[in-house]
Amino acid sequence: MKQVLLIDFGSTYTKVTAADLETREILGTAASYTTVETDINEGLEKALAKLFDKTGEIDFDARFACSSAAGGLKMISCGLVPELTAEAAKQASLGAGAKVMKVYSYQLTEGDREEIEALKPDIFLLTGGTDGGNKNNIIANAKMLAASKGDFPILLAGNRNAADECRRILEEAGKKVIVTENVMPRFNELNIGPAQSKIREIFLERIISAKGLSEASQLISGIMMPTPAAVLTAMELLSKGTESQSGWGDLIGVDVGGATTDVYSMSYGEPNGVNTVIKGLPEPYAKRTVEGDIGMRYSAQGIADAAGIPVIARLAGLSVEMTEKLLKQISEKTDTLPETEELAALDFALASQAVKIGMTRHAGTIEKVYTPIGETYLQEGKDLRNAEKVIITGGSLIHAERVKEIGANALYDVTQMQSLKPVKAEIIVDEKYILSAMGLLAQHAPDVALDIMKKELVTHGIAE
Amino acid sequence: MENKKKLVIGVIGADVHAVGIQILDHAFSDAGFDVTNLGVMVSQEEYIAAATEIDADGIMVSSLYGHGELDCRGLREKCNEAGLEDILLYVGGNIVVGKQPFNEVEARFKKMGFNRVFGPGTPPEETIQCLKEDLGC
Ligand code: B12
Repeated sequence: MKQVLLIDFGSTYTKVTAADLETREILGTAASYTTVETDINEGLEKALAKLFDKTGEIDFDARFACSSAAGGLKMISCGLVPELTAEAAKQASLGAGAKVMKVYSYQLTEGDREEIEALKPDIFLLTGGTDGGNKNNIIANAKMLAASKGDFPILLAGNRNAADECRRILEEAGKKVIVTENVMPRFNELNIGPAQSKIREIFLERIISAKGLSEASQLISGIMMPTPAAVLTAMELLSKGTESQSGWGDLIGVDVGGATTDVYSMSYGEPNGVNTVIKGLPEPYAKRTVEGDIGMRYSAQGIADAAGIPVIARLAGLSVEMTEKLLKQISEKTDTLPETEELAALDFALASQAVKIGMTRHAGTIEKVYTPIGETYLQEGKDLRNAEKVIITGGSLIHAERVKEIGANALYDVTQMQSLKPVKAEIIVDEKYILSAMGLLAQHAPDVALDIMKKELVTHGIAE
Repeated sequence: MENKKKLVIGVIGADVHAVGIQILDHAFSDAGFDVTNLGVMVSQEEYIAAATEIDADGIMVSSLYGHGELDCRGLREKCNEAGLEDILLYVGGNIVVGKQPFNEVEARFKKMGFNRVFGPGTPPEETIQCLKEDLGC
């Protein structure tokens, strides 16, 4: 294997990256519109033609692809207690690169069933109860799902002692059922790996063909995975390194898109201070959260709602009236480019707040409690104060002006001391947009992928 | 995991006395119970969440620092609300401030909905005996 093609079928763009494994270099990158409605290969071929314009014809030894086209991998997850199995199920889905449309807890109602039918998930993840724990809830939910319309596969990852009965109920109703290990086998023990590998398998076997992506498969030698899973893989490699090369240690990744903002952290996030008691579910080392209401276009209003119009206006240096007017404009015309000075200023403000809100929701929190012997701290989620790198990726930010200033919004803020965000970090930008490609390459040549990332990611200096 | 009776244990409120609960964890486990130990500084909601997922037979609340009476208030009602109407609730340790007549203390906690109340220095064997009686095992 010498020259490989890495393809990312995005919701809007099909991006191609050519890499040389011997020289450990990127030969070139190019993009064209994704054409999943007609024939996915059209967009791919156009992107390839653009690539070859730059590099000359390349005879690839292998081609690997990931995809978030046709809505991505849409999942619904369901558990028993919101902070426990329902949260574990949500984390399993997000970490597998899914778009989580809804999370249910306790017993599903008739109304929920109708909502599920309307949402038409690609996969339904059903959990609840520790092994040997609560059975009634998951069985009731299996019955409700058995009565639902829709041919989505159901991944069962709950109380193992209820699995046989749930499987029987669902299979008798003609549902496709896949059983795997419990996402929370014992109280507060997170076990999301097995569910995630099943999600990957279902994605490969069923979802790809159902979404018209399989026509591309004759061109592609390697596995496909959802794009966010590829990005997560790349960040994990970059953080942990390989046997022969060290990684960068704890790091954060932020991807502000048009509709959502994804935040990644690679860190155990254990408490830094003494006298700290940890609460809540243990955190996965490689964690992904997605803010569905925070994005540069479809969710621009969501940013304004969360941050407040006056904050956006002040950051943009625009009047409140102007800000409102432009917000309306970009939310309606979502392909608006920041072509005027005002629009560029608004984008700067929106991006800054998107990073800030996304990171605040992702990071853990600490709360001081006064006990009779003095102060003690309660930590929930990850302590990321010591993470030293923040990687900015995603089409809307990598070419933005003042990206360091935007990225600095991911950092610790004295007005929000309870939020455990990085205190001081290098802002690094994925300017060539190669992270998903490197996640794909990581499966086959991790050392090369790591080398390329270290070379190609561009530092914009340290912020604090 | 075979048909062991399941207990959630922990020290309630802002209480950090960590030793007794460790001893109870070992004693109950050795006596054949499946124990989920939530450690110190446990809120009412945490007991209930854990008991719900593991389908617990009992919640064993420990309190040593004297604020037990405040911390335990409303736990039974919240259990009922969460669908844990049949769950066994025990409390023990130094559950009130100073030395008060135990029968009065016991009456107050029973009124709060605890099935059994244990005074300072109760040996674990006594509690295990009660659990076996109450849970029929
Ligand atoms: C060590 C200790 C501390 C240490 C704790 C270290 C740690 N992280 O564990 C420190 C210094 C931090 C501390 C702090 C405080 N402590 Co202190 N502490 C003690 C001490 C000396 C020993 C506790 C111990 O570990 N005992 C050994 C274990 C094995 O026994 P146990 O905890 O009683 O548990 C057994 C039984 O009670 C029973 N049990 C316990 N829970 C339950 C629950 C159920 C359901 C059942 C059935 C049985 C049961 O079974 C256990 C095993 O056999 C006691 C005095 C004493 N001798 O008991 C005071 C004592 C508990 N502390 C006391 C107090 C007041 C405090 C402070 C408020 C202030 C202070 N004086 O320092 C703070 C509170 C801090 C907080 N936020 O919780 C008082 C409580 C008085 C009251 N309730 O009216 C005590 C009794 C001392 C006293 N005589 O004044 N303390």
